[in-house]
Parts: sequence; C-alpha cells; structure tokens
Amino acid sequence: MKDTALNTPIDPKTIKGWGIDADPKNDPTYPMRHRMNVGEDPQPNNRPDNLQPVNTEVLKSIERPNVSAVFGTPAPPSGLSGAIRRVAFRYSENQYKHWLPLVLADRVDVVEGVVTDLFHGQLPNIWAEKGYDMEWKHNRTAFVTKMAAIGAVTAGLVVWLSSSRKKQEAYKPKGRNYLSRF
Amino acid sequence: MLAMDYRGPKRVRAVQKPMPEIKHPQDAIVRVLRACICGSDLHLYNGNVPDTRVGSTFGHEFVGEIVEVGADVTKVKVGDRVIVPFNIACGECHFCRQQMYGNCQESNTESGAIGGIYGYSHTAGGFNGGQAEYARVPYANVGPVIIPTDMDLDDAVMLTDVIPTGYQGAEMAGIQPGDTVVVFGAGPIGIVAARCAWLFGAGRVIIIDKEEYRLDFARNYSYCEAYNFEEVGDPVMFIKKITDWMGADCVIDAVGAEAAGNALQTITGRKLLLQAGSATALHWAINAVKKGGVVSIVGVYGPTDNLVPIGNMMNKGLTIRGNQTSVKRLLPRLIDHVQNGILDPKGLITHRLPLEEVADGYRMFSAKLDNCIKTVLLPPTANQ
Repeated sequence: MKDTALNTPIDPKTIKGWGIDADPKNDPTYPMRHRMNVGEDPQPNNRPDNLQPVNTEVLKSIERPNVSAVFGTPAPPSGLSGAIRRVAFRYSENQYKHWLPLVLADRVDVVEGVVTDLFHGQLPNIWAEKGYDMEWKHNRTAFVTKMAAIGAVTAGLVVWLSSSRKKQEAYKPKGRNYLSRF
Repeated sequence: MLAMDYRGPKRVRAVQKPMPEIKHPQDAIVRVLRACICGSDLHLYNGNVPDTRVGSTFGHEFVGEIVEVGADVTKVKVGDRVIVPFNIACGECHFCRQQMYGNCQESNTESGAIGGIYGYSHTAGGFNGGQAEYARVPYANVGPVIIPTDMDLDDAVMLTDVIPTGYQGAEMAGIQPGDTVVVFGAGPIGIVAARCAWLFGAGRVIIIDKEEYRLDFARNYSYCEAYNFEEVGDPVMFIKKITDWMGADCVIDAVGAEAAGNALQTITGRKLLLQAGSATALHWAINAVKKGGVVSIVGVYGPTDNLVPIGNMMNKGLTIRGNQTSVKRLLPRLIDHVQNGILDPKGLITHRLPLEEVADGYRMFSAKLDNCIKTVLLPPTANQ
C-alpha cells in the first residue's frame, strides 16, 4: 500500500539531535503519575489473570480491543432503549452518533420504566421519588410558587391548544373532501 | 436488600433488589455501613450523564464490612472494615502500574476514556453503587483499604472521594509557597480543595460561590476568603481587582457541569444538553488565572463538548490539569493527615438520613435546602 510505504517507522535515535533537550523535570503529570512510556513497560498489555465470564449482554466501546476483565451487570440493554443503545455502540466515543442516541435511549428508558412499574401493578409515587417532602418542609413558598407557575402554564397551553383545535374545526369546509382529488 | 433505584431525571426511590453476587475471583461483597451523596451524583440525578439506565443504583462513596470474598482475594478478609475508593482499579494494567488508579484499562468496557466507577452509569462501567445495604467490590486485592481501628466511620467514608478529590484538586494546581489560589465552587469538593491548598503552601485562598450558607461554611472550615459572585459583579474582573490586576496563580474548578452564573451556558449546557454541561466555572477559571498560571479541573463534565475560551488558554500560556482522583494513591497520606488532626473529614457532614429516605436526600442536596453541605445515608444493615 502506498500509505504504508510512505509511513514506514524509523528509529528516532537516527535523527540528528534526537532527545538533546529532553528534560525529565518538564512533566506536568508529576507527582500524579509514575511516568512510564509503553516502550518502557515490560508488560504494556498486562491483564488480570481471570476474566469475568460474559454471560449477559455487554455493550463494548469500539475504542477497546476487548471486554474489560470486570464489568457491571445491573441493567443489560432491553426494549426500545436497548435497541437504540446497541446502535449507539456501533460508533466511537468521538462521534455524536454515539452520545446522542444514548441520551435519547435514556429518555425512552424512563418511559419504559413507568410502563414496567404499571405492568407490575405499581403506580410510581412521583411526589416521593422527587423528594418533594423536602421542598414542602424547607422551601415551601418558592416550591408552591413554582408548582403554581407550572400548573398555570400547563393549563394555559391546554386551553390554547383546545381552542385552536375548535377554531380549525369551525373553519373546516363542510361536505367537501379535498383528499378525493388525489 | 434495600437499595437506591434510579427511575429518571430527579426521580429516585429505595426498593428491594437482589443481593450482589461474586462475579470474578477477585470480587468481594461489602455490607455498607455508610454511603454519601456526592455532588457528581447530581449529574446522574439530573439525567445529564449519557447511558444512565433506569434501575441503576448510584453511590460511589461508601465504606463497609467485607462479608464474602472471591477465591483469589488475599489482601482483605471477611469481617474487615474497609474504605472503598470510588475508582475500580485492577492494579495490573499499564495505567494502574503508574498509580493512575482512576484510569484503569480493565474496569470499564463501555468507554475508552474513563475507568470504572461504582454507581456512575454505564458510561463508567455499569457497576451498581453503594447506596444500598450491600455492594459488589471488584478487585478487592487492590482498591479497599482497611479502616484504622481508631478511625471514625464518618471520617472513613469521606476518604472514599471528597477528601482525596479536593486534595488532588489542590495538588494538580501546582501550588507554590505564597501563591494565590482561587477555588470556584463551595460545595464539599471546593471546600476541601480550599482547605488543602494551605497544605501546599498557598499564601492566599479565595473561594467563589453564590450560596451564602456555603460561603459561611467555607470561611470557617477552610480558613479562606469567600465571595458571592452574584454580589461582586463579573467574577473575573473581581478577581483581577483583588490580585493587583494579575489574576490568581492557580484556579481550581470544583463545580463542573451544574454551574450557574451564565445564562448561555446554563441553557445550552444544563437545559438543552447541547453541551456536556454548563462550563461557566471553567470559563471563569481560564479567564481569572494569571498568565502562565495553572487551572486544575476536578469538577465533572459530560463526555461531549463544552464552550470554553481555549484561545485565551493558549494566549496566556496556561497549564490545564485534570483527572479522576487516584484515591488509592492518596489514601496513605490522607489517612495520616486525618489521624494527625490536619484534616477533619466528618466536619463536612451536615445531614444523616436513613437509606429509605434517599429521595429526600437527593432533593435536599440538589436544591441546596436546609443548608445542606454533605449527606450521609445509613442503610438499615449499618447498625447490625
């Protein structure tokens, strides 16, 4: 291949002046890192002796060569959100095509979580799950004001949408089917 | 067992879940004795971290007692009480062997950028966290550190994240004797970073926030100057004025993605999720530091992009340093500091709640109610 021929690695020590200004003190990672380049590491690809068995679906970053020696298993991908996550993991973390579907999947997952709760006969206790008791106890005036504002805006939107729908119905010509032309 | 259960943005509850199991010969199971809610848990709580799945259990700050060990665990045994660093680290990979325990290559399948973290989304490995009665602790030969017999559990749980992270924030700032250090954010991490700045020889420490109760706390706990950015006007101009128009030698961003103070950043970063969180504090940090200065980032941001004045960073000749804290590396020194009375971790705790009230704990911390600085959760099994 042309690129391979053009990019043949060379021994850097053959370059005149290689390393003459190297300064071990010029290391912004000190003292956080016991600096060791891969070339100085006798075992750069060392892995733990045992690997956790992969007996559940694990989505693997394509920036990795393998499944890590241990991994979490609390919530394997499932449902529509799981399908979206599988698509996301086809792309590297360098791409929005990875992250944006994951954000979407998280939102879908929330809806699926409510459906699952209802399927199991459990009505989500939104008041308790959002910790509104604390707002009521420590921040009542602002909390009531905020809730009232949200309620007013929501009610206003409902009224506005329903009235505009009624107007559309009122202006709709009667007895004519425009779709029939097609 | 009882465990925290994420249901969606700003919705959590405590429910019964299956007991964790040994999945790897180096695993241990820990009975949780104390767990905390961390500021970075709020990024998950608010739904800002991609791949945070419904049904997950949060909690990367916890201590506990070992109740079961895998076949290859030799460094701890059943009955030991341990500090569990929030990073999951194998101790053997190229990065762990350089003491970069926060960057382990063998603890997170789902991202190449970040090591495994307990209870911190599938982007950080998909491990359940310690806001539960029991937790699985991988690599038990590497992470857990036995709690000294004379150490209070409340002190110990603060050593899993908040104290090391604040300390590393000061460490990464490269503070030299006499330096002026500015810390953005008077949350627990910022308060600890301000206190630790003195340990590196700072000559002046200034903390910036907008919550008066937190500023008051910081003045007392961290012995620093504390200013409300809503009262001083442009915080960058304010810092220039009080530093002879030079800027601070070192600035620590201890806020991260939930920053307030700039409408554009708030709307695009926190509301619309067009950025990886609001980068207001980092923006201010780059502009408030002296030419040639150092910006240290311990505030957590998401994995995508942020609007920051990177041109100023280049023009001013800045050094920007950041990392997830290498807790394991720092623990011996920090345990000494606690035992010698130099640091007072449990002095940060303002609230203690039973695990059953985890939703109230998150709301209180998130909305900064009742002068909340740090909340400790107590699982029912903690008193057994």
